Amino acid sequence: MEKMQRDWPLWEVFIRSKAGLEHKHAGSLHAADATMAIEHARDLYTRRMEGVSIWVVKSSDLVASDPGEGASLFEPARDKVYRHPTFYDIPDEVKNL
Amino acid sequence: MYTQGLDQLGRSELHVPTAETAALEQGFLARVDREEKIEPKDWMPAAYRQTLIRQISQHAHSEIVGMLPEGNWITRAPTLKRKAVLIAKVQDEGGHGAYLYSAAETLGVARSDLIDQLLAGTAKYSSIFNYPTVSWADVGAIGWLVDGAAIMNQIPLCRCSYGPYARAMVRICKEESFHQRQGFEIMLTLARGTREQRAMAQAALDRWWWPSLMMFGPSDVDSKHGAQSTRWKIKRVSNDDLRQKFVDVTVPQADFLGLKVPDPDLAWDAAGQHYRFGTIDWTEFNEVLKGNGPCNHERLAARRRAHEEGAWVREAALAYADKQRNRQASAA
Repeated sequence: MEKMQRDWPLWEVFIRSKAGLEHKHAGSLHAADATMAIEHARDLYTRRMEGVSIWVVKSSDLVASDPGEGASLFEPARDKVYRHPTFYDIPDEVKNL
Repeated sequence: MYTQGLDQLGRSELHVPTAETAALEQGFLARVDREEKIEPKDWMPAAYRQTLIRQISQHAHSEIVGMLPEGNWITRAPTLKRKAVLIAKVQDEGGHGAYLYSAAETLGVARSDLIDQLLAGTAKYSSIFNYPTVSWADVGAIGWLVDGAAIMNQIPLCRCSYGPYARAMVRICKEESFHQRQGFEIMLTLARGTREQRAMAQAALDRWWWPSLMMFGPSDVDSKHGAQSTRWKIKRVSNDDLRQKFVDVTVPQADFLGLKVPDPDLAWDAAGQHYRFGTIDWTEFNEVLKGNGPCNHERLAARRRAHEEGAWVREAALAYADKQRNRQASAA
């Protein structure tokens, strides 16, 4: 028998647990196409009503930041503590601020 | 369902630090010490990666092979309710295998290569699944004892240093609880049944008790590379500590069922606040691990047959996906 060398591609799965919440990464799975990826995600990640909506995206289509560049990528935010409300000293007698 | 022996390291996993990676290594260990999770694209020692690939993939194989002894009883479950529950449990085990293969793949291995290793007999899986399920009571005993031991083993893994493995374990542990409780309920129903049913439950406990204790792996004194896994926070509790914890919680449950644990040396140590138990037959353990257990051959043969008989489905799905893509391309 001729051996099939090609694997089903890998998909990343994102699940919205209920309306009003964002889709969140749940894991990954292999499927031949998008329709099958959704069906497999249903069987694999929502067996206990964990979701009301599923996104799937081919893992090869995801672009991720490089952890090695993490320091320089996030550095611009590091010295801008004035973006947080706790940076400002307001006297206690001032209310509702 | 996790499992012993799988955190024993092979030669490629022995870690030898080198000069050029010393700084990276120091940073890595500092992160592990701070309880930061290591994520797939982060730098990690090659031996850490190899250790995880082997442990996670063999854990995945255990889940998949673990479907067989229970699947054996789906058509013969005593009621429609028990049948539905057992199908759900076996489906969960398949799901657990899939979560774990996904976690292993984040380390840069192909799932098909891992499955090939299982089918070729070069990868291990939990030896507990090489024992037969000869009566319905065995399905109860597996849920109660084997899944119970698995939970003990898996809860510390939810805190392991590798993010994708830890996350998979959180999901799995949530689902295992149902497995253990349904198993105990089967045992309870039998224990409260006729004399024959009580005898069935006792016989199942007699069969599964010792293999369940072996699931925690070799004694700490014989566990060669536990220190390295502990240093990397992959392994968080020692084999003997987990085994003791399992005995301490399970013996009172057996008492509740009115069943007798098959160990003449079992005794409550009031001073130490632990149950002391007899010596484990490590010869049996090693034989089963080597492939000489009662069902090793049958289990692998069943997996190979399923893989071969499913080949046309995998190929047809790809061919269909190709055809759809080509049609869309030519319509555009």
